[in-house]
Amino acid sequence: MADVFAYIKHADGVADDSALELFVAAKKIAPDAPVTAVVTGTGADLDKICGEMAGVYNAVWKIDNAALAYPNAEVVRKALVNILPADSIVLLPHDTFGMDLGPGLSIKMDSAFVADIVGFDGMDGATLKVVRQEFSGQVSTHVSCDTATGAVLNIRPGIFQYDDSKAGGDVTDKSGDAGDLSAKRTFVEVVAAEAGDVDITKSEVLVSVGRGIEDEDNLEIAFDLAEAMGADVACSRPIVDAKWLEKSRQVGTSGQTVKPKVYLAMGISGSFQHLGGIKGNPFIVAVNKNAKAPIFQVADVGIEADILEFIPELTEAIENL
Amino acid sequence: MEILVCVKRVPDTSENEIEINSDGNDIERDDLVYSVNEWDNYAVEEAIQIVDKVGGSVTVVTVGDDESEEVLRREMAMGANNGLLLTDDAFEGSDGKGIATILKAAVEKGKYDLIMTGAQADEGAAQVGGMLAAMLDYPYASLVNMIEPAEGKMKVGREIEGGNQEINEIELPCVLSIQTGINEPRYVGIRGIRKVASVEIPELSASDLGLDAGAVGEGAAKVKRVDYFVPDMGDGAEMLEGSTEEIIAKLIDYLKAKGGLK
Ligand SMILES: Cc1cc2nc3c(=O)[nH]c(=O)nc-3n(C[C@H](O)[C@H](O)[C@H](O)COP(=O)(O)OP(=O)(O)OC[C@H]3O[C@@H](n4cnc5c(N)ncnc54)[C@H](O)[C@@H]3O)c2cc1C
Ligand SMILES: Cc1cc2nc3c(=O)[nH]c(=O)nc-3n(C[C@H](O)[C@H](O)[C@H](O)COP(=O)(O)OP(=O)(O)OC[C@H]3O[C@@H](n4cnc5c(N)ncnc54)[C@H](O)[C@@H]3O)c2cc1C
Repeated sequence: MADVFAYIKHADGVADDSALELFVAAKKIAPDAPVTAVVTGTGADLDKICGEMAGVYNAVWKIDNAALAYPNAEVVRKALVNILPADSIVLLPHDTFGMDLGPGLSIKMDSAFVADIVGFDGMDGATLKVVRQEFSGQVSTHVSCDTATGAVLNIRPGIFQYDDSKAGGDVTDKSGDAGDLSAKRTFVEVVAAEAGDVDITKSEVLVSVGRGIEDEDNLEIAFDLAEAMGADVACSRPIVDAKWLEKSRQVGTSGQTVKPKVYLAMGISGSFQHLGGIKGNPFIVAVNKNAKAPIFQVADVGIEADILEFIPELTEAIENL
Repeated sequence: MEILVCVKRVPDTSENEIEINSDGNDIERDDLVYSVNEWDNYAVEEAIQIVDKVGGSVTVVTVGDDESEEVLRREMAMGANNGLLLTDDAFEGSDGKGIATILKAAVEKGKYDLIMTGAQADEGAAQVGGMLAAMLDYPYASLVNMIEPAEGKMKVGREIEGGNQEINEIELPCVLSIQTGINEPRYVGIRGIRKVASVEIPELSASDLGLDAGAVGEGAAKVKRVDYFVPDMGDGAEMLEGSTEEIIAKLIDYLKAKGGLK
């Protein structure tokens, strides 16, 4: 079987959660195949991460170069293409970095690409069977992937939770093989998100509304419910895209990470990017008019209802307590 | 600036419940309402705004069948100047790489400074833009939520985790995948659609594009969908049943127990 590699995402000397999840995912492809962590960056932070990964992965390849101090996907791609064997199976997290890197890497390595993998279903010769979801999780598919000339596999974050399994291996310095790292896209800076008038990351109870609220004017019923409950109002991304609420109220991977005790998901379908922002295992109540909405798979309590009718009735009942 | 925007016709999930067909090899497509991929509307809007600022033209392109023409017309009603339909039986069963290969051929038939795609489409793959860029050897930035149009080199913002924004400089020509929220796509009314109803939209086949039929379509696909299934839901939520009053009473009990009421 082809060699298996995992790209280790890290920042400020801290490995991303995906770093160890990819090890778990790789072992699902072939339990006995050795997995090599590829760590790019520079300086002491890089050495620290390499050391950590050597305690888990079968081997670590280190690429130290000032051009890799910030992970610019174009630069990382060049380094990987120069260093990895052509028929490698490469695992990346399906996040904003993996989306930036994976598709182009698969072209430059002439290998297959599968995005947002949530499960593995065995390897038959060079044909790997994986599980994906479509239509934000409403249906799942088995997808076959011909890995004969290699594959780039983007793995959904949070699915393959790290289980303390480890192999352990040595760090090999591959910096000398990185080659020409000049790029037509250059990193300038990261601009931090603006803070808003409420800090939903501190809220114990959240009334969170999604596209099911249908109209900006309907937001009032969510604020009324939140007031009756002593909760704050949060939302999914489409509500922010429509400029109905400020960005600081958005829950999800590209918004805030919240840790409430109770989370009311009102007219939210339950995409993985939304759920990725809910931590600390809160009690989740989902109200949705579609009984098959994926949110019901993760909620503790579900109610099949039209939120435009349900929310005002719930508010009234709470006010009358 | 000459801008090409790639658009995809997808089932509109706000209008449809997605069901698997009886053979389990596709979703039930018969009664689906289709529309333009949500992300692509943002890309077209951004392209129109750039051209309003610095001049040039916007061309929208899709790989699809006869019915895909409607999404081109919709984007032309928004203000795109030209449409281009890439259609051929040989394109059927293409994987993401196949679609990117077809689009690359179309890019090479024109002269574009900027190519845009949506960040992702209905299958959540987020693949076509990055593949197209790598095939063309153009630089690429994904999840773009800010563009400062300029010649030669542009400043673009990428949305990264936590709502932070990564600023990059990128040389033209380039490919950008556009994230929702970058702008507010304009509304298209029936009248706008009527205005462009009779505009001729050129169709290009594999041979028009100089594509070897073996390089695209099912035969070339390394990635193949095997079947659709409904996953085992695990325990899932406890669904509260009964009259609305009963449901609300049960819910309030839960909220009290879990600290959801103050
Ligand atoms: C890189 C990237 C980052 C992203 N980051 C985030 C993020 O941080 N946060 C986030 O939320 N999303 C994020 N998204 C978007 C995400 O993929 C989904 O598109 C989004 O979460 C969907 O929001 P929603 O559930 O409100 O809308 P939809 O998916 O449209 O769901 C609406 C739901 O409401 C139900 N509904 C409709 N009307 C009613 C009614 N009257 N009563 C009851 N139910 C009703 C429908 O059945 C449906 O289930 C990101 C996407 C990308 C590509
Ligand atoms: C009946 C059917 C069978 C299929 N069989 C397979 C299969 O066997 N194997 C497989 O891998 N895939 C298959 N597909 C998926 C199909 O090939 C996808 O359209 C392709 O993978 C690209 O779309 P995406 O959703 O992955 O795009 P993404 O990369 O998620 O979309 C990003 C952007 O790329 C652009 N884009 C995407 N598609 C097009 C397009 N058609 N025209 C113009 N621009 C576009 C748009 O700007 C879009 O916003 C099948 C689809 C259908 C409907």
